[in-house]
Amino acid sequence: MNLWVRITGWLAFVLAAGYMLVPLFGMTEFSLKARRGVYSLDAYARVIGDTEFQATFGYSVTLALATIVLGVLIVVPTAFWVRLKMPWARPFVEFLTLLPLVIPAIVLVFGYIRLYNTSSFLPLTGSAAGTNLLLALGYTVLALPYMYRAIDTGLRTIDVPTLTEAAQSLGAGWVTILWRIVLPNVMVAVLSGAFLTFAIVIGEYTLAALLDRPAFGPYLQRIGTNKPYEPFALSVISFAITWACMGLIQLATRLSKHTKAQR
Amino acid sequence: MSFLTIEHLEKSFGTNRVVQNFNLTIEKGEFVSLLGPSGCGKTTVLRMVAGFETPSTGRIVIGGKDVVNLRPNQRNIGMVFQAYALFPNLTVADNIGFGLKVAGRPRAERTARVAEMLKLIGLPDLGDRFPFQLSGGQQQRVALARALAPSPQVLLLDEPLSALDAKVRVSLRNEIRAIQKKLGITTIFVTHDQEEALSMSDRVVVMHGGRAEQVGTPFEVYNRPATKFVANFVGMLNTLEADVIDPATGRVRIGGTETSLRRALPAGRVTLAARPEMIALGVQPGRDTILEGKITSVDFLGSVIRIRARVDGSELAFDTFNSTDAPPPAPGSDVRLSLLASDLLLLQDP
Ligand SMILES: Nc1ncnc2c1ncn2[C@@H]1O[C@H](COP(=O)(O)OP(=O)(O)OP(=O)(O)O)[C@@H](O)[C@H]1O
Ligand SMILES: [Mg+2]
Repeated sequence: MNLWVRITGWLAFVLAAGYMLVPLFGMTEFSLKARRGVYSLDAYARVIGDTEFQATFGYSVTLALATIVLGVLIVVPTAFWVRLKMPWARPFVEFLTLLPLVIPAIVLVFGYIRLYNTSSFLPLTGSAAGTNLLLALGYTVLALPYMYRAIDTGLRTIDVPTLTEAAQSLGAGWVTILWRIVLPNVMVAVLSGAFLTFAIVIGEYTLAALLDRPAFGPYLQRIGTNKPYEPFALSVISFAITWACMGLIQLATRLSKHTKAQR
Repeated sequence: MSFLTIEHLEKSFGTNRVVQNFNLTIEKGEFVSLLGPSGCGKTTVLRMVAGFETPSTGRIVIGGKDVVNLRPNQRNIGMVFQAYALFPNLTVADNIGFGLKVAGRPRAERTARVAEMLKLIGLPDLGDRFPFQLSGGQQQRVALARALAPSPQVLLLDEPLSALDAKVRVSLRNEIRAIQKKLGITTIFVTHDQEEALSMSDRVVVMHGGRAEQVGTPFEVYNRPATKFVANFVGMLNTLEADVIDPATGRVRIGGTETSLRRALPAGRVTLAARPEMIALGVQPGRDTILEGKITSVDFLGSVIRIRARVDGSELAFDTFNSTDAPPPAPGSDVRLSLLASDLLLLQDP
């Protein structure tokens, strides 16, 4: 290969990496400076020791898990059915699932509040449980583009119609087919979708704030305006969570044993 | 009373009628092939029996019960697909045991049945493998075992051998037939390979344009084709134009030769046909018709030699056996061919 091409390639890589890593490094460095003159984990200790951190973080994790379950329950059968019976509808469904990327969350949440307020036909915002449910449903919508893409791509690696017919001829009904054949075969895709969903929900601010729920996103925001070092420690923690999710996606892909042949 | 009856079966996709007035009865334990060119509706018939397509009209009766309104998972039918269709997430043993598991059979029974099936297909030690760790032939055998494990009433196979290479294809077709006989399971086998159909089946259904053109044993279909299409599609065929001189006794003139088929023929010009094995090189005893021709090509295939000769404007292909002391004739040389006129087939449109 031409030497110049190689040098330019490396240069571009170093610039891009620097562009992303330098601020991260600065942020991390600053978060360690809570004690004057030395590096320490004081900021982290204070953040993690904060009961509000624990409560909001726990709340968001629970909500993320609920969102993942909801998403899987909605998306796997839908993507399966579209592939099996209505391949012509795929572009429309894809477009529909991409809408949350186009419609700002703020618009979405005002729509929800209008639709489900206390004087509506379904007063979800009237109770804490109802609002939690509404928030989980909202997150499911926000995560839809990622979930649907991941699972639909996963379905592409198997011959859905033939496997379905094989299972049917062996006596299986729809639930058995989905549970024992489809889901295990798209597990890697489901996990990538799940980790992405987790990363999104953990830091989400708009929906949680406007529905007035004690989630991690609004907590981050509040700390950020009130404390010097803690926000940076929190940011580092958030980054670590997101990256851990990405790492887990990679791990899941590696560990799946029966899909090796198709790679 | 036959075990499986298909009556007046029809199927249209939109305005496209792909199966028309299809009738077939199959006895218990019989092996029947659907043979025909691509697009003639073989798969569609099979899928209607399996329940994956709904007939536009017609009845399908299995074991005295009309199954048309049953869903595929209620029909107790085993199906083997061209693309194997093994579940990639399950081991070989779990694939084979899938039908029993769905049916809620206890674990001990499943384990025993899976072991029995693995032995039946000759892969007793591969139960723990995943499908991607098997060859195509092994995968298809597992697919067969999976279809047979729940003891279905009928076994359906849709071109199960066409994804395999030639050697495996021949050995596996013998194996499938042996297993089918051993279990005595009623079987419908779809193929577009005539050799497969003729060698495996009790009876063959030759399909064309969504219809069954002829139903018969391989011997009948090959030696007494009912229509021009069947004659052409099954086996290799040489056609000869002939003028009928005397319709009552079957006297005809082929080129410069006069001979008699010894059976009544329609008057005028007819198309006669000869299988390659009806034609012999040289004048042979017991053959009453001699044709003069010129060799156009000689293909040495090993134990047989395929020779083509031009006779009276049409080309005839026939085979001779290789022999160490008689080399085949050279292209361009004049030859005499002999055949028995009463063997000749009369080709007619239905
Ligand atoms: N779902 C469908 N929708 C529309 N047309 C179909 C459908 N399935 C089959 N056809 C048409 O029906 C005809 C018969 O198809 P079928 O698959 O039964 O043929 P086949 O004999 O199995 O051919 P092959 O040997 O190529 O498998 C074809 O012309 C095909 O295009
Ligand atoms: Mg077919």
